Amino acid sequence: MDKVILAQDLSLAYNTEETIISRANFSVGSGDFVFITGASGSGKSTLLRSFYGALKPENGSLIVGGVEVNKISSSKLNFLRRHIGIVFQDYKLVKEWTIGKNVALPLIINGYAKDICDIQVDKLLNHVKLSHKVDKYPQELSGGEQQRVAMARALAHNPILILADEPTGNLDDYSSRLIWNLLEGANTQLKATVVIVTHHIPEDLAVDYKHFNIEGGDVYEVS
Amino acid sequence: MKSVKNHLSLIVALFTIVFTMQIYIIVDRTVIAYESDLNENYSIVVVTKKKVGTDSLVAMSPKIKSAEEISTKEVISQLQSQMKQRHIDLLKLSLPHFYSLHLNHYPAPSEIKELRKKLERHSDITRIEDFAQSHDTLYKLLLLFKSVIVIFAIAVFAVTSLLVLKEMRIWQFQHNERMSIMAMFGAPVWMRSAVLFRLSIVDAIIASVLAIGTFTYADFLKVGSEQLQSIGIDILLFDPVNDSLLIVGIALSLSIILATLIVIGHKEEV
Repeated sequence: MDKVILAQDLSLAYNTEETIISRANFSVGSGDFVFITGASGSGKSTLLRSFYGALKPENGSLIVGGVEVNKISSSKLNFLRRHIGIVFQDYKLVKEWTIGKNVALPLIINGYAKDICDIQVDKLLNHVKLSHKVDKYPQELSGGEQQRVAMARALAHNPILILADEPTGNLDDYSSRLIWNLLEGANTQLKATVVIVTHHIPEDLAVDYKHFNIEGGDVYEVS
Repeated sequence: MKSVKNHLSLIVALFTIVFTMQIYIIVDRTVIAYESDLNENYSIVVVTKKKVGTDSLVAMSPKIKSAEEISTKEVISQLQSQMKQRHIDLLKLSLPHFYSLHLNHYPAPSEIKELRKKLERHSDITRIEDFAQSHDTLYKLLLLFKSVIVIFAIAVFAVTSLLVLKEMRIWQFQHNERMSIMAMFGAPVWMRSAVLFRLSIVDAIIASVLAIGTFTYADFLKVGSEQLQSIGIDILLFDPVNDSLLIVGIALSLSIILATLIVIGHKEEV
């Protein structure tokens, strides 16, 4: 199985004095469904940020989608990110754009024609049960609805890798279930690799998954 | 409504800048016209024992633009009724020659002194009248006007800088989040910045149109021009072609610089 993420002796830090992840070795294969857990402040979100190049490794090597993140140029980083779908705990929707335009963002960036964007946006908003709110603005939606929009956006361009940071952290049961269904669907139907940072792994998951835990800067697989 | 508000903040800032710039240009034109007017009305009068060529007087200093002989006929004709022809003929023979020297620019007092020294070296010149006292007063007044416009220019620059900096902070706050989100999905810099540049160009054009409209209307109503004409200054308050181009150019340059600074200073929020 191809490695979508490969970390060797990976160390991550925001400053030289405080290392958050220390000499971690792990890999995520293509099509894997992965959970990363750990206590608050253990470095889960930091590790996830490094996967989309927002944080460069302090030491060691990190390869994502065949690209070495340590040495990546800004144009290659943009190219890598165009194949990743990201879901944030705080949604990160563009406030001045409608829901439709927010979902279409990765498609626009990837250069899809407007009619294809419209069809895809319509399909995805149907999936997240929000097609009736296509012309609304994010602030007009509840937290759960905004996260469903963020999820639709992450799936819009059929990414090879989906990264989700606490995607159901603040959501009600209905929205949480919808998000998990979409993540499972992306993994099983679109064959996307899914990496989720969470405090809580749902019990009723319909896919096989890998589980990494972070403790004391070390990343290890929980069997 | 929100979109209008976003546009309005930059339009107001840009309008203020170009409006103040145009006022500065008008004041500058007024001072230049006043200086030119003073220069036209100022001349040094020299008296010579015998007739000298005006070219030889002009050649004495590069500051002298032209020289012309002042005719004495008018003075003599006034005396004709009071004096006998014989005396008038004698007067004509003994009367010196008067020349009026016009200069290239309105001179500083030191330049007048220097010129006077040069003229004194001419063997035929017996007397020089440079009207130093009245010139000094006018020259000081001119210097005062010039100082005022320098202070005004500094004030314009300070206000402009503050407005641009303030606007930059607002824009950074407004656009940073969107640009960061776009970056996380792999948008290249030009795409992330496109909205910013589009917004800045549109706002610059709107601000320019408002400023051009204001000055065209003011020019149509002859605001200020009649007062200036009453003191002998006739200037173009608003040149529809050159000033409009300048206003559009300044507004566009400022807004594009502003957008570029924001793009350069953008830090990805993750």
